Amino acid sequence: MARYDAIIVGAGHNGLVAAAYLAKAGRRVLVLEQRPVIGGAAVTEEVFPGFQFSVCSYVVSLFRPHIIRELELTKHGMQLIPLECSFTPHLEGPGLVRWSDPNRTRREVSRFSRKDAEIYPEFALAMSKMSFFVKHIIDSPPPEIGSLHPNEITKLMGLFGRLRDLGPDMMELHAQLLTMSGVDFLRMWFEADALLAPMSCSGIIGTFLGVHSPGTAYVLLHHYMGEIDGAFRSWGFSKGGTGGVSQAIANAAVHHGAAIRTDARVASVVIRNNRAKGVVLENGEEIDARVVISNADPRRTFLTMVGENHFDADFVTQVKRYKYRGSSGKVNLALDRFPDFTCRPGDGVHVRGDIAVAPSLEYLERAYDDAKYGEFSKRPYLNVVVPSLVDPSVAPPGKHVMSIFVQYAPYHLKGGAETWPKRREEFGDTVVDTLAEYAPGLKESILHRQVLTPWDLEHEMGLTEGNIFQGELSLEQLLFLRPVQGWSRYRTPVRNLWLCGSGTHPGGGIMGAPGELCAKSLMNEGAV
Amino acid sequence: MFRFGYAGAFPRDGCVVANPVARFPMPIATPFHPRTSARCVSLFYKDWAGYYAVRSYDTTHDREYFAFRHACGLIDVTPLYKYDVRGEDAARFLARVMVRDIRKLKVNQVYYVCWCDDHGRIIDDGTVSRLTDNDYRVTSSEPAWHWLQRTSRGYRVSIEDVSDAIAALSLQGPTARDVLNNVTEDAVAKLGFFKLTRAKIARADVIVSRTGYTGDLGYEIWMANDDALRVYDALYAKGHPFGLQPAGLDAMDVTRVEAGFILNGVDYYSALRCMIPSRQSTPFELGLGWMVSTEHGCIGSEALAREREYGSIRKLVGLDVDWNETEALFRSHRLPPEVHPGAWRDPRPVYDARGAFIGQATSGAWSPLLKKNLALATLVREHTAPGTEVRFEVTVEYERRTVKATVTETPFFNPERKRK
Ligand SMILES: Cc1cc2nc3c(=O)[nH]c(=O)nc-3n(C[C@H](O)[C@H](O)[C@H](O)COP(=O)(O)OP(=O)(O)OC[C@H]3O[C@@H](n4cnc5c(N)ncnc54)[C@H](O)[C@@H]3O)c2cc1C
Repeated sequence: MARYDAIIVGAGHNGLVAAAYLAKAGRRVLVLEQRPVIGGAAVTEEVFPGFQFSVCSYVVSLFRPHIIRELELTKHGMQLIPLECSFTPHLEGPGLVRWSDPNRTRREVSRFSRKDAEIYPEFALAMSKMSFFVKHIIDSPPPEIGSLHPNEITKLMGLFGRLRDLGPDMMELHAQLLTMSGVDFLRMWFEADALLAPMSCSGIIGTFLGVHSPGTAYVLLHHYMGEIDGAFRSWGFSKGGTGGVSQAIANAAVHHGAAIRTDARVASVVIRNNRAKGVVLENGEEIDARVVISNADPRRTFLTMVGENHFDADFVTQVKRYKYRGSSGKVNLALDRFPDFTCRPGDGVHVRGDIAVAPSLEYLERAYDDAKYGEFSKRPYLNVVVPSLVDPSVAPPGKHVMSIFVQYAPYHLKGGAETWPKRREEFGDTVVDTLAEYAPGLKESILHRQVLTPWDLEHEMGLTEGNIFQGELSLEQLLFLRPVQGWSRYRTPVRNLWLCGSGTHPGGGIMGAPGELCAKSLMNEGAV
Repeated sequence: MFRFGYAGAFPRDGCVVANPVARFPMPIATPFHPRTSARCVSLFYKDWAGYYAVRSYDTTHDREYFAFRHACGLIDVTPLYKYDVRGEDAARFLARVMVRDIRKLKVNQVYYVCWCDDHGRIIDDGTVSRLTDNDYRVTSSEPAWHWLQRTSRGYRVSIEDVSDAIAALSLQGPTARDVLNNVTEDAVAKLGFFKLTRAKIARADVIVSRTGYTGDLGYEIWMANDDALRVYDALYAKGHPFGLQPAGLDAMDVTRVEAGFILNGVDYYSALRCMIPSRQSTPFELGLGWMVSTEHGCIGSEALAREREYGSIRKLVGLDVDWNETEALFRSHRLPPEVHPGAWRDPRPVYDARGAFIGQATSGAWSPLLKKNLALATLVREHTAPGTEVRFEVTVEYERRTVKATVTETPFFNPERKRK
């Protein structure tokens, strides 16, 4: 008999969620992580002494609330601190802050457009209705289109029923959401550039698309779901960095008896008679298990750990076609002091949410232009947070950590992806220079700097082509198409080999849903 | 120096001031704040449309309530939204928006109005005043600029949001007329109910309208922000012999229940804010059917005409909660009857005699004047005839019980002096 019921390759937060669910159900589980730390892209590391960086992901919103309850994650240390607001600094004028207080937001927005200010609640209501519908989709495995199995048909009918319940207006809106660009979609309500720019950014995060590209409206909703009612309160910092979320899940898994090993890179999956039997580590150690669940992305799993020869040519083609083409980077700073933003100085509430350098639509489109031709943006879109302002545990007293998410940083640079390491510091300088235009004291306050290019995300974090979501969140790669049509239910063509990472439905972000749905599907089918 | 409203909160020149919090404050103060805050010893405020609003000056609101009913209360109502609609099509345009035919509104007259979406579902209620021939002012409880703007296409009108440029006071109660006549040289001596006039108070130009939210004799005084303190001081000084008392929202809330006035966001929700259609209401359901004219072709008029013909499924009514049963219920726990000290707005279920759910009471108050426990409730039509007995939920010793309540017409309190 195999030593383990399940081996999970990768201790990303989804792998850990899967491990916790399986362990809680009494299965013997081993998690193997290649890096010295757990968490994958939801990780906190003390990169410089005294400074805890949320190295990759930096805010939490989509995490499924029922997972918190079912795994009792608060008991295991999960703590989320809500973001108060969203600040868009401008070079001229006082910029824009969207607050959790609707009256305050109305006053702010009315400086740019009185219409936008007043219609904001209507937009929020429409999005709440949409999210209400989409939440259901996120919280269950995707329907299998084309299947004639009665269960599948019932499921699909149920979905259409729900869609119908939304009413004709909402159905139309849904169609628009699926096909339009983020900007066009938002333009159905808003007119002010200053508002459209930061709002449309949610539609491009993690994709190699521009704010005017069709399909980005859906990605916008994907990100909007964390902010029901137009309140930004449901986006939050995780205490101790986003690694805190992973740590809490790991604690739950261990509490239920799972074993986790770090510095344990899986070289290959052992396959006999088209069945996964276990894994071989890089050091040659072989561990057997009844099922192998991969938290790594589809390409790594199928092409590196298993090998093309185990699959049909068609399947391989589709796996190869699945798009990664990472477009973002990350710069983490350790700061001696908080630098003033010229347009609104001080370290008040306005900088305790997220800060978006997205002054206009033209700015964003130009940033995309550079990327289209294989360059990183000369003036990129930046999403900045300073978690130490609300969670002092991540930096020495009075000092700060600043996390800067950067887009666009195309993985496929003109000179080839492998030229990234040579251009890493130049990229870092571009980011700091950009932000320093809004906060001139920034450069003087930097103590340490960590620059992550898409190349680094691939080589350090194991994210293929540096895509932050294990594959683009574009429409043709979602739902029953993620990662490959016909294989969207966490199973793979190799028996007893399963996927549980962001490369499966419902996709990327710290949400835990792929891990949960994989574990539950697997147990439903009696695989372990 | 204090500065107020948008002008204060957002300096247009984009200059940098040292303290960003002071620069983008929330809530903000109304122009009366220096006076009202000096007298608000309770520090009991709430946020009303983004402004600091006094809930009660004392730790209890009783004195302010009795001032409304026996002398007069002075309340800062600046946070109301106000819009100036001007132009040659102003009357036609407002008639299109409002369920009442504004073309019939005369100069210096005020209409209480409501407006609906295309399906005849209410969006908000407020007033329209006709200041000159083509010059109207709309007040509302929620921002309405965009709705007016959106519906004004094709009309030659301009719509200006003057919410933050105009300060407003409400002086309500039996001695209100005497106070105003004293400060305005009898400008309101002959001012009729729902009429307005221009006047001077302490050399400042003001508009006085005979309107209010207490269901009593009362006036609302509209002025430029810069004149606010002068007007306030004059009223306060001259009002003293007439028992004038600064009053807050809590006292007014009791009076508005006695008057049977509905409140957006409490007794109904704007059609534009509802997650589900069943939360929306129509003017007929809210007892505003009297103002609906389906002839002049307002937005939603087709649906409204249909509803007028076929009737509504629900209706807002008054409830008189039976005191004897309440007393008996509490007595069974060896307790004297307890009632909420002020007005309440947390909705409570209403049942029929067999215990089936028939609707909800959305606000209510113990009326110190009528010595009755009152509520406003929306019930299914079958149970809305005056005199119908229903069951009203009461919590006694943490346990939810019901007592008898009788359906009553509103207003509960309607003194002759209100119109005379
Ligand atoms: C820069 C950046 C910023 C982001 N910002 C946000 C954000 O603010 N909010 C948000 O919600 N999401 C954000 N995301 C996305 C989010 O972090 C990811 O979608 C999510 O963390 C992915 O989790 P996962 O468990 O599916 O996969 P991963 O975190 O990718 O985990 C996969 C794990 O498998 C391990 N692994 C791979 N191969 C092997 C092997 N052969 N052997 C052993 N182990 C292996 C990897 O080391 C890794 O630990 C961001 C991502 C990045 C990169």
